[in-house]
Amino acid sequence: MAFIDYYKILGVEKSATDADIKKAYRKLARKYHPDLNPNDKTAEKKFKEINDANEVLSNAENRKKYDQYGEHWQHSEEYEKAKQQQSYQKSSQSGPGGYSQEDFNDFFENMFGGRASSSQGRQVRYRGQDFNSELQLELQDVYTTHKRTLTVNNKNIRITIPAGIENGQIIKITGHGGPGINGGPNGDLYIQFSIVNHSKFKRDKNNLYATVALDLYKALLGGEVMIDTFNGKVKLNVKPETQNGTKVKLKGKGFPIYKKENQYGDLYITYQIKLPKNLTTQEKVLIEELQKLRE
Amino acid sequence: METKNLISVQLLCNHYNIPVSFISRLQEFQLVEVIFENDDLFIQNTQLKEVEKMIRIHYDLDINFEGLDAISNLLQQVESLKEEIITLHNRLRLYEDL
Repeated sequence: MAFIDYYKILGVEKSATDADIKKAYRKLARKYHPDLNPNDKTAEKKFKEINDANEVLSNAENRKKYDQYGEHWQHSEEYEKAKQQQSYQKSSQSGPGGYSQEDFNDFFENMFGGRASSSQGRQVRYRGQDFNSELQLELQDVYTTHKRTLTVNNKNIRITIPAGIENGQIIKITGHGGPGINGGPNGDLYIQFSIVNHSKFKRDKNNLYATVALDLYKALLGGEVMIDTFNGKVKLNVKPETQNGTKVKLKGKGFPIYKKENQYGDLYITYQIKLPKNLTTQEKVLIEELQKLRE
Repeated sequence: METKNLISVQLLCNHYNIPVSFISRLQEFQLVEVIFENDDLFIQNTQLKEVEKMIRIHYDLDINFEGLDAISNLLQQVESLKEEIITLHNRLRLYEDL
């Protein structure tokens, strides 16, 4: 395991005074405190490192042990005992031997299998840590309210996903965060929704937008056209002489409004008129006649 | 109002080992609404999370009440801007595929 330099984390020299350490800790804690950096995992990690460093360096006894034993300062007593035993064995076999930092690390790795966790802290009950998670859903998935089972920290949670939830929206699941400290209540779980849209519709809040192709003759003479809405087909009357880019609003055919049952936004259709291609000679003649009529 | 949704200020202060004057100061800065009922002081349970945050910031970071007030306002602005970014991002998606 790589050695963690607590002095470097706090940005102070090894010769720093207690006041220097306190000042450096306060400055960094103000910068990276999770309450001042909500949902920022990098800041959260950094704050934990700063706290670990401060916990050790702000206590004279711990600091002395850390200076001598490095990151394994918490197990210095066990180390000393083992050192005495090995020293006795070595002196009885091959004379005195020195210990390097590598010796310390090997000893602690073998004995504890890695870095020991911090055990000191304020004896005040605190809520557990809030967890943040992201759930990716298709637009179709959030058209109707449905239940879904999520696995968070090896626990299955069944949640209701209300219809109409927005991309980027966050919902809170109370009590499903980290366990409380010293008997405090659990934190909360925050789920941010990432809504992927592979449908032909564009969504803006509760309204949907779609483009419908219309042939030239229907645009000129009017008629009926079947169009897709999000939950089925609808027959629309096309007015004669409909222009390219004409917009039509279909009230209540949009997306469900979040937490408002049976209320929907609107669907906006834009007609895109397709001109015929590969005209036959006869068609050209007829269109030229039409042209003459308009001149 | 249902009293089951209220938290006693005295209990809260005992729990977090803080003086009641801390909550009074928060009230002065309008950072918490204290309710007087049955000769006792309470806060709404919905405010607990915010009060806990203030306790942490005040005691962990040595931030005074003027600082708490400023931080609270700035965090509200950050939240509001985040929501606006999400709305704008979603609106931008309308045009991205054109």
